[in-house]
Amino acid sequence: MQSPLFFGISSISYVVAMMVYITYLAFRKNSIGVTATAVTIFGFACQTLAIGLRWIEFHDTFGMSWLRSIPLTNLYESLIFFVWCLILGYLIVEFKFKNRSFGAFVTPVAALALLFINLSGMSTEIEPLVPALQSNWLLAHVMMSFISYSTFALSFSTALMYLIITTDKKSEASYIFWTAALGIFGAVLIAMGIDFIVNFKAMSGMKPEMFIHSYLFKSTFLDANGAVRLVSYLAALGLVLFVWRFGSSLKRVIGNFNLSAEMLDEITYKSIAVGFPIFTLGGLIFGAIWADQAWGVYWSWDPKETWSLITWLVYAFYLHARLLRGWRGHKISVVAVFGFVAVIFTYLGVNLLLSGLHSYGSMK
Amino acid sequence: MEQKSLSDRIWKFFSSVKLAIVVFSLIALTSIVGTIIEQQAPMETNMKVLGRIVGESAAPAVYSVLNALGFMNMYRSWWFLSLLALFALNLLVCSIERFPAIWRIARTPIKPLPPDTFKSMQMKAELSLGEKPDLAREKAIAAMKSIGFNASLSGEEGGGWQLYSQKTPWSRFGIYMAHFSIIIILAGAVLGKFLGFEAFMNIPEGSGYSVAISTGGVSQSVEAERDTYMQAIDASNGDYAQAAQSLNMPVKDLKTQLLKAGIIPLGFTVKCLEFDVDYYPNTDMPKAYKSHLQVIDGGQVVVDQWIGVNKPLRYKGVTFYQSSYGPMGNYANGIAMLTLKSATGQTQDVSLGLGQSATIPGTKTVVKVGDFTPALAFDDSQRPYTYSKMMVNPAIRLDVTGPSGSYSEWVLQRFPESWRLTDGNIAQFNHFWGVQYTGLQTRKDPGVALVYLGCIALALGLFMAFFMSHRRLWVRGIPEKGGTRLMVAGSASKNKPTLERQIEKMISLLKEGGR
Ligand code: HEM
Repeated sequence: MQSPLFFGISSISYVVAMMVYITYLAFRKNSIGVTATAVTIFGFACQTLAIGLRWIEFHDTFGMSWLRSIPLTNLYESLIFFVWCLILGYLIVEFKFKNRSFGAFVTPVAALALLFINLSGMSTEIEPLVPALQSNWLLAHVMMSFISYSTFALSFSTALMYLIITTDKKSEASYIFWTAALGIFGAVLIAMGIDFIVNFKAMSGMKPEMFIHSYLFKSTFLDANGAVRLVSYLAALGLVLFVWRFGSSLKRVIGNFNLSAEMLDEITYKSIAVGFPIFTLGGLIFGAIWADQAWGVYWSWDPKETWSLITWLVYAFYLHARLLRGWRGHKISVVAVFGFVAVIFTYLGVNLLLSGLHSYGSMK
Repeated sequence: MEQKSLSDRIWKFFSSVKLAIVVFSLIALTSIVGTIIEQQAPMETNMKVLGRIVGESAAPAVYSVLNALGFMNMYRSWWFLSLLALFALNLLVCSIERFPAIWRIARTPIKPLPPDTFKSMQMKAELSLGEKPDLAREKAIAAMKSIGFNASLSGEEGGGWQLYSQKTPWSRFGIYMAHFSIIIILAGAVLGKFLGFEAFMNIPEGSGYSVAISTGGVSQSVEAERDTYMQAIDASNGDYAQAAQSLNMPVKDLKTQLLKAGIIPLGFTVKCLEFDVDYYPNTDMPKAYKSHLQVIDGGQVVVDQWIGVNKPLRYKGVTFYQSSYGPMGNYANGIAMLTLKSATGQTQDVSLGLGQSATIPGTKTVVKVGDFTPALAFDDSQRPYTYSKMMVNPAIRLDVTGPSGSYSEWVLQRFPESWRLTDGNIAQFNHFWGVQYTGLQTRKDPGVALVYLGCIALALGLFMAFFMSHRRLWVRGIPEKGGTRLMVAGSASKNKPTLERQIEKMISLLKEGGR
């Protein structure tokens, strides 16, 4: 089928879009901005087409109903859907707020995620569904969860930018918080990149779940060699200190984007306010209904469910603290950042880290 | 007086949002620990988990501390349940406290705004129209209608007028409903815990049971007698009195013993007629599995239905979910269900046990079931062997004796091309019956309806709260020289920019019409 081809085209488009967006930031010419948007839309269209083709392929291969064949069944497909939602969300924000500055942030994320999948040669085979997964509730559950995850991702990046442009002093708690958060985030990404390069050969044809389970951080933080582990931790600490030392230049860069702090705060709140009901309905309620139909228990406190609940509570915390206790500024942005950390953990951490810690069903 | 202020303080404590925020945090933080520690697992499991986190040497000490605090089964521990109860109480008190105010806002019909208040409203606008007040009023009514507001009218002194209107005042109830629904969900969960049960039944093909085994804890002291009780209660189809009689014990004792043993009489029998698995082509991965069940109540078959994963059966408040399956362990007792077809097209259905034989209709060929395997494969030297205990590739060896001589042939259920025998006759292998059990998750939960109701209310409430708002709009007309002066004021409980845009649209409509 043609779907890999179109996935490839869309990844390349997002890379190009990223470069055009950055050029746009430098020169601020409207024509460049329009080009950037056009390239993004083109990439988005290709990605939509690719998802559609994969959907058809799924349907034809396993002979299941159309609804059941939506390609949203494993990590590979969900990552692609996440990127798709992210770009869609970004395009909506661009049109609504008439501001292209975020493009330079969002498109690299999209491009990186897609390139990572494409280059790694990870198994992109379509896989049959075990019977418990053949449910329309599950489908609604997964889709709505991802839509809400995308809005939360947006709130995360605006909250982080808010922190970046409103902090000055290196001794300030919020400054330390965002530099540490960004430093750790960077260290984790770099460590993943190292795993990726070191194990490039071993990876071809491997499922992402398998890769993460067998190789993630095994060349750095979890290396068998104690010295490597020590160096890795020191390097990570060094990176955090580096970000802390030079964070103010990042502030200057973002300061150029014409983003007001109020606007960032507003977008953070708005995207949580949109994501929260969707997450409640899709993530919690539909998930519970599905579990009820498939297993006969609507709530069993399993780690995935519990982490969804934790995420939900963090965002409920955000809403109440902001609306009723009047939290504003740094304090509330930190809560938004933690909210997204909980989201990532719900999505990836439970499958990958907790299941590695335990023995159950890591490869399922 | 003293007394009163104390109860006031307590009330205030339980209704405070501060408490809510603290409880959110506590539930979230303790739950994190609960996802790291595997719940209700054997000690070694969590010892290993802790070993990976804090190191082998510290693990036993950390384990015993966490164990003493109840973290090994924390979602059922007294302190976690108390946290949930506190959470519910907080919500309840908060809801009771806020109800009157919300009711007032939502139910009070909108009234004209006192003229001097117009100036102090956050959202306001002014413009002059060239028309006389009466004409201007008609235009204003139309303009309000165009943005969805049906205006009411009141006159003002000096020939002026005021139009006022509101939309979706009930959306104020949204957040109230969302909060209250959480109490409903929790109430449903509690109800289910106390009046329902969670159990399972493993029913072999061809058998029927009238008891389920609780998934909750079982007292060790009665584990040995469990089978005896089960058989007795099963033999009497769930009739306590009869079972007690056969066991020579008082009914009351039997009931307590059953409870201790985790045996739940259903009061009717569930029978599995057939169990079937479909596989994805060329894999051993199940695509679907399903059971043909019958419910027998009072000697009558009252339900006869296939169930599958995601397609449960409900009867008298008990739900049976297809959740697992497996081999009974003894394949020698199975029965091969075949359709024999001669080369000339005559057919006959037969059921053959191991060693039994049948004649292919209209021929002199006899087939005998010589061997059976649940998972046939051939090794390098073409010798057959069994590669799994599960029935993933059932096959029978047919020993054929006919005019063209005697030979043996493997017939595989999943591979129709193997059904054609060398002599051209066909032995269609339909099913190998009586060797697997179907695993049914069995649940009675009278609270589930409340939980679902709460979920619906929660979703509706949140959507009302976030995507709707109570909007109010006032337009005042004051006669002035050469026309009418309009003053507009608005207020919205949410999404103020939306109303602002609507007001702008209305004003531009009014201005356009004026030209
Ligand atoms: C997990 C449980 C809870 C959830 C999901 C939840 C959710 C919400 C949401 C979404 C809002 C709406 C904010 C807005 O208007 O945009 C809200 C407001 C509010 N919540 Fe909660 N809440 C919860 C628990 C509580 C508790 C325990 C209290 C008790 C103190 C409480 C008190 C309030 C109050 C007073 C408001 C303001 C409502 C208004 O604007 O009239 N909430 N809540």
